[in-house]
Amino acid sequence: MATDTVSDSTADHCAPTMMCRHCGNASSGAEFCCEGCAAAYEAAEAVNAINPSNIYASLARPIDHETHQLELIVEGMHCAACVRLIENALAANDDVLSARVNMTTERLTFSWHGTPERGAALAGQIIKLGYKLHDPGDNPAGDIAQNTEKQLLKAIAVAGFAAGNLMLLSIGLWSSTGETMGFATRDFFHWVSALIALPTVIYSGRPFFGSAYAALKERHTNMDVPISLAVILASLMSVSEAYRHGEYVYFDSAVMLLFFLLIGRYLDARAKGKARESASRLLSKLAGSATVITDDGVNRVPIKDLKAGMRLLVAAGENIPADGTILKGETDVDLSLISGETMPNHAGVGSSTLAGTLNLTAPIEIGVTKASEQSLLSEIVRMMETAEQGAAKYVRLADRAASLYTPVVHILSAATFIGWLAWGMPWQVSLLNAVTVLIITCPCALGLAVPVVQVLASGKLLKNGILLKSGDALERIAGVDTIVFDKTGTLTIGRPRLEGGSYQPEDLKLAASMAVHSRHPLSVALTQSYNDALIKLDIQEHPGKGLSAIVDGKNIKLGSRSWCGRESADDHDTAALELWLSVDGNSLAQFKFADALRPDAAAVINAMNDKNIDIHLLSGDRMVIANRIAGELGIEKVIAETSPLEKCDYINRLKQEGRTVLMVGDGLNDAPALAAANVSMSPSSAVDITQNTADIVFQGEQLMPVLDTMLVAKKSNSLVRQNFALAIAYNIFAIPLAVFGYVTPMIAAAAMSGSSLVVILNAFRLRMGRR
Amino acid sequence: MDILLYLIPIALTLGLVGLVAFLWTLRSGQYDDLDGAPHRILHDDEDDT
Repeated sequence: MATDTVSDSTADHCAPTMMCRHCGNASSGAEFCCEGCAAAYEAAEAVNAINPSNIYASLARPIDHETHQLELIVEGMHCAACVRLIENALAANDDVLSARVNMTTERLTFSWHGTPERGAALAGQIIKLGYKLHDPGDNPAGDIAQNTEKQLLKAIAVAGFAAGNLMLLSIGLWSSTGETMGFATRDFFHWVSALIALPTVIYSGRPFFGSAYAALKERHTNMDVPISLAVILASLMSVSEAYRHGEYVYFDSAVMLLFFLLIGRYLDARAKGKARESASRLLSKLAGSATVITDDGVNRVPIKDLKAGMRLLVAAGENIPADGTILKGETDVDLSLISGETMPNHAGVGSSTLAGTLNLTAPIEIGVTKASEQSLLSEIVRMMETAEQGAAKYVRLADRAASLYTPVVHILSAATFIGWLAWGMPWQVSLLNAVTVLIITCPCALGLAVPVVQVLASGKLLKNGILLKSGDALERIAGVDTIVFDKTGTLTIGRPRLEGGSYQPEDLKLAASMAVHSRHPLSVALTQSYNDALIKLDIQEHPGKGLSAIVDGKNIKLGSRSWCGRESADDHDTAALELWLSVDGNSLAQFKFADALRPDAAAVINAMNDKNIDIHLLSGDRMVIANRIAGELGIEKVIAETSPLEKCDYINRLKQEGRTVLMVGDGLNDAPALAAANVSMSPSSAVDITQNTADIVFQGEQLMPVLDTMLVAKKSNSLVRQNFALAIAYNIFAIPLAVFGYVTPMIAAAAMSGSSLVVILNAFRLRMGRR
Repeated sequence: MDILLYLIPIALTLGLVGLVAFLWTLRSGQYDDLDGAPHRILHDDEDDT
């Protein structure tokens, strides 16, 4: 099996070449030119070149009877060189017709001349290069949303074109009167305007008309009802005015209204689309596949189709896909995702495994004991769903504003109509004034107030490595008064780090050269703490014990205390994480490790305390350890030794006390609590399922993003409120003018663009100031 | 004022050309990969021979 060759293949790639193992760029003595390439290479290793079986072949779509096309999500692309590498690798095959990688959506599309099975072989080439490929799956919701986005963009283009040309004509109309320009010319201008405006209203207005119609059919009203009414009535009124050789037409107002509102609508769709995209990418990772051993070979089977009694092969570095028992092999298992425990557990034949844990050191075969829907993992997922249903639905600020705005506008405009009729005016004049009220009550500023701020805020956060996964997360996080932190992986980095011991520099060099071959967390930590050239070695890995190598005829061992013959020594400390290095049975050096706090954790906690935010530490780990961390950081409320359910209950209790809770966590055991909290964050090192639950995902080794997000959220929330206030202030000034019939088309146009510009400019203040 | 009979259609046509050009770029997928496009110009021309 390909997995047996791990140590061979890794042995040759630590040779001191001067080229990046991944992209072939020059690198300064290191294996990789950048961390991205190293990560990509590692991801490839994890796949361990399992035969890309018929999954890819079955995904191929025939174009005609001889050519096929395949679309796959590529995981592990980090730099532009990756795009080129993949495209060129595929194009080098004579039968490949086209190959293109979309960096934005991380999708690879290629077509070839031949059978579907050929596509699987081509996909295999990409996997060998070091990328993981996923089935993009059916995502009809995503496709529809993307279509809507395109439709909106087209509608904006048409409305923009029309608005520009109408303005050209309107300025002519405004700057002269019927007497100076001639009545015939004025009518001509009116009719040309109608010619441009009417098709535009019909085409670009559809998003609003459709939504308004749907709302009316359900006997509701929404923001789109007054907008549609205003646009349609303004157009009809203007046609009748033009027909009656009237003085004013409002075509430009109607079209400009559409133009501004469409921009707001588009920005909104984009923000939602971004959030949805990142969510669906996480989902596609989750719906992975497992390697099943059957009588006639090895097959990749989707995890959800696993049944009790199946025999699975789990490569080193792969997640264990199902609850079961080990039938063959010996390895170390990383349970941190379930229990929060940092040290891996040793597992041999007969040990039971849990779905979602990570197989670290050696390939194993396991017999599935529970179908995937009964596994502990699924249990947690179910718990999460219950928690999500329990969490009250948040009503967005914009929706609350709209629910106030709509009746007020309708009543005002109806009152205007009735008032003018009662005054004894003809119905045309009354209607005209009623329509101006509808146009001028500033749906533009309202429609732009939230989306512009949101787009700017999420762009700013993204630059700092913070990803918003739900559109209203920013609004919800602004009101947070209580933060609950998980310990491992959230306040700490979640990985052990070299923290002293007793060793010489050359010991570290030797140990790091050995450790680079292992995926054990302590080995990884050792390698990371050493940045110089490595020695090329032939390594054997002994699961649960350590590594061994022969150097200059001497037997070198790196591993546990007992493996290196220090069992009897008196400097025994069971709680410590350590590695020993021995030569021919004599122990030479000791390396000590600890799970370090995030470097800025204390500063961030302090800053939050200053802001009077209540901070809790909620850990699944032992009380002693939790207390020590809390003491270092100055957190007073500590709850330890909690189960996932208890964590979830704790959050619910806090919420019942009337607090707005932000939960920050990374483990699988945190997922239900994340779902229960008002708003949730997780680091990007978290398990997929946890990232998927969290509203916000942040990258990096710092805790600062939590504070940053809160600050940006506060700022953007106050900007949104200011924008609403500006819109209201403007209305107080403009509505009386409209009600009493003083608004000419020119005033309407100036007021509309003026208010929209003010709102947009105000939103841009978010870009200014600190960071 | 007869000049308007030429100028207005010309203005409209020019605008329409721009609109059609934009719709064409949209349709041909030029906005689908805004992150990848700026990197692609840095690549040498691929020669598959």
